Amino acid sequence: MNKILVLFAHPAYEQSKVHHVLMEAIKDLKGITIHDLYEQYPEFDIDVAKEKELLVQHDVIIWQHPLFWYSGPALLKQWQDLVLEHGWAYGKNGHALDGKKIFNVLSSGGEMDAYQENSFHGSTIQQFLLPFKRTAQLCRMVYLPPFWVSGTHQLKSEAIDPYAQQYKLLLTKIRDKQLTDEQMLAVPLLNDLVNNH
Amino acid sequence: MDQQSFLFQAIIFLSAAVLFVPIAKKLGLGSVLGYLLAGVIIGPFVFGLIGEEKEDIMHFAEYGVVLMLFLIGLELEPEMLWKLRKSIIGLGALQLLLTTLFITVLARIFGFGWEHSVVLGMILSLSSTAIVLQILAEKGLMKESSGQSAFAVLLFQDIAVIPLLAILPLFSTISNPEATGAAAESTNWMNGMAGWLRGLIVLGSIASIIVVGRLVIRPVLRIVAKTDMREIFTAVSLLIVIGIAALMIQVGLSPALGAFLAGVVLANSEYRHELESDIEPFKGLLLGLFFISVGASIDFHFIANQVWTVVAWVFALTIIKTLVLLLLGKVFKIEPKQNFIFAFSLSQVGEFAFVLLSFTLQQKILPDDTVNLMIAIVAISMAITPILMLLNERFILPRFGKEIAPPREADVIDEKNKVIIAGFGHFGSTVGRFLRANKVNATYLDIDSDRVEVLRRMGLNVFYGDASRADLLKAAGAKEARIIVIAIDDPAKRLEMVDTIKKHFPHLHMLVRSRNRYDAYDQMNAGLLHIYRETLDTSIRVGVDAMSILGYRNYTVHRLAKTFMKQDELNLKKLAAIRDREEYITEVKKYIEELESIMQGDTQYAGDSITGWNAKGLQDDLPH
Repeated sequence: MNKILVLFAHPAYEQSKVHHVLMEAIKDLKGITIHDLYEQYPEFDIDVAKEKELLVQHDVIIWQHPLFWYSGPALLKQWQDLVLEHGWAYGKNGHALDGKKIFNVLSSGGEMDAYQENSFHGSTIQQFLLPFKRTAQLCRMVYLPPFWVSGTHQLKSEAIDPYAQQYKLLLTKIRDKQLTDEQMLAVPLLNDLVNNH
Repeated sequence: MDQQSFLFQAIIFLSAAVLFVPIAKKLGLGSVLGYLLAGVIIGPFVFGLIGEEKEDIMHFAEYGVVLMLFLIGLELEPEMLWKLRKSIIGLGALQLLLTTLFITVLARIFGFGWEHSVVLGMILSLSSTAIVLQILAEKGLMKESSGQSAFAVLLFQDIAVIPLLAILPLFSTISNPEATGAAAESTNWMNGMAGWLRGLIVLGSIASIIVVGRLVIRPVLRIVAKTDMREIFTAVSLLIVIGIAALMIQVGLSPALGAFLAGVVLANSEYRHELESDIEPFKGLLLGLFFISVGASIDFHFIANQVWTVVAWVFALTIIKTLVLLLLGKVFKIEPKQNFIFAFSLSQVGEFAFVLLSFTLQQKILPDDTVNLMIAIVAISMAITPILMLLNERFILPRFGKEIAPPREADVIDEKNKVIIAGFGHFGSTVGRFLRANKVNATYLDIDSDRVEVLRRMGLNVFYGDASRADLLKAAGAKEARIIVIAIDDPAKRLEMVDTIKKHFPHLHMLVRSRNRYDAYDQMNAGLLHIYRETLDTSIRVGVDAMSILGYRNYTVHRLAKTFMKQDELNLKKLAAIRDREEYITEVKKYIEELESIMQGDTQYAGDSITGWNAKGLQDDLPH
């Protein structure tokens, strides 16, 4: 069984439509630790030792966040800057995270169609997430495709539910090792592995 | 006493106290003198409103002393007691010895025989715990070296009463087989026992107070506290003290001493303050009653008959006691001003003399007329103590300069740090600890010599001295320093310091503690830029935690707190400039409204004020 750590970063969670529903769906799953960064560190005073310990204790790490300016919220960057230390997470002697799986679970206001090389944003979501990917790879982790809730600007409340169910199913399958790395790396979005239509 | 006359008595005592104590206080005479005066007025020689029962009342009221010592014990942690050991044993024993000696000689001069002289010497050498501690506490001197030394002496006297009771019967000149060997009052059940057994029982009872105090009383208090019935807690508190007093009397120890011990044992317990506040009123009332009955017991007819003998005795006794104490105070290095307070405070004969005198009468150690004379002398010497203390304050102490004379010269300060912290109480020490933890060295100044000593012993570079003095600041390196943190308690003193610094060290950044908004206004008007209201951050943090517990997001509340604080500081600056009261009120109202709307904006950052994390505006742009 894989142990999953959800690193959740949302500075205005109480205003979020999507993430509440996502969280509600997964919060009672066994084997999953939800770590709400903005709640834990309102003053950005990240406890590095504690964060490292959490990482070590889990097999799969999730960065869950809204997409702000093609990246995550500020605290998530702060977390990366402070926790992924040289000599621990990366570098010649940094092997603490070797082989762990990691991916983004993100929401974006824009529609999926807008993230194409020849459309509004001019790049795919995977291309925008390159810094996350390289960070993971430098730490010798397996970077998996993202799980993406897109078009939230115009998403009706009832349309969020299917996403939440997919998210729950995805985490259950990953937890129970029903998905191989090859299967997951083969799709552009992890949504595709749990999409039943 | 039937109910009617009991009520009548109560009315007399209470109204005498209600009438005279406030008057005495108003006149600056202190409550003790007020009570004594009330006693004299209602006593048999002025209005005669109370008569024979006054002695019963006095015995009963002596429990006020027991309660008082329990309270003192509560405030005295064992550590502190250990610190006082030198004064208790050294100062206490020498006081008793020397005073006994001189009074014995005095009694010889007055024509008493050797045995009687020694007995009188011992009895009259004791001072009055009730009067001394009440006066010192009222004047706020208990923490000063005068108060501490006086307390040490009184404590030793309380211990000394035990051997005194054992020794006195040996001086019985009138043959009285019953009396010989009777160590204490006839209630003492240990009379027939061998000396070693008695000693063992005495030690055993002291040990049992400590053990029971530690292991039994606390759990009992916990259970009682859980019942949430205030009066039962009070009942238990009284039961503890009275129970101990009874036990002590049984084994021939001073009940006050036992109560004191129990207090010390409970000093570290979580119920300390509850016990204090429960016992306090009983103590106050009983002590008042005690003072009243002392006042009432002054036999003016008797005194009138031999007025010169009484006057001579009181005069001589007071002089002897005061001189011995002054001398010892000097030997024990109490600084002069404190030494005078110490000496005058203990210059009377104590309430225990009443007990011992009646004991000597019972045991036929002293004849009737001597005892009567002595009781009058003791009562008068008690009554004049508050007056002596007042005279001392008015005429002697001022000779030592305006302030409580600096016990030592301000220390020579040899370090030159970038930061000076003035005032090393809770506020300053927290600043200091933070800087120290981060290896920023500071020079600390404090005016409390005891605190300086303790901190120095802990290895901190704290210096004694008045930080508002330019010469001291200069010695502390104010010329080389960049920052001075003004963390002293007294707002007026802070402003004084600010003036001094502006005049002599204009280059220093002043970071100033401020008690509240109004204090901050004064400081702003004095031109200060860095003002720290001691209650602001803490109270906002309480608000933050309260909202967090209610379920608000931590980060959101954190941001709200920051906004609130910024806005509050901003408003403070604007309001500080307003001198007119009407204008002030209008402005305050305006700012409150403004603050509310800003805060509202912030709470709705999903809506309008914080759009960065929200896409509402963006959504409006989208085609629908």
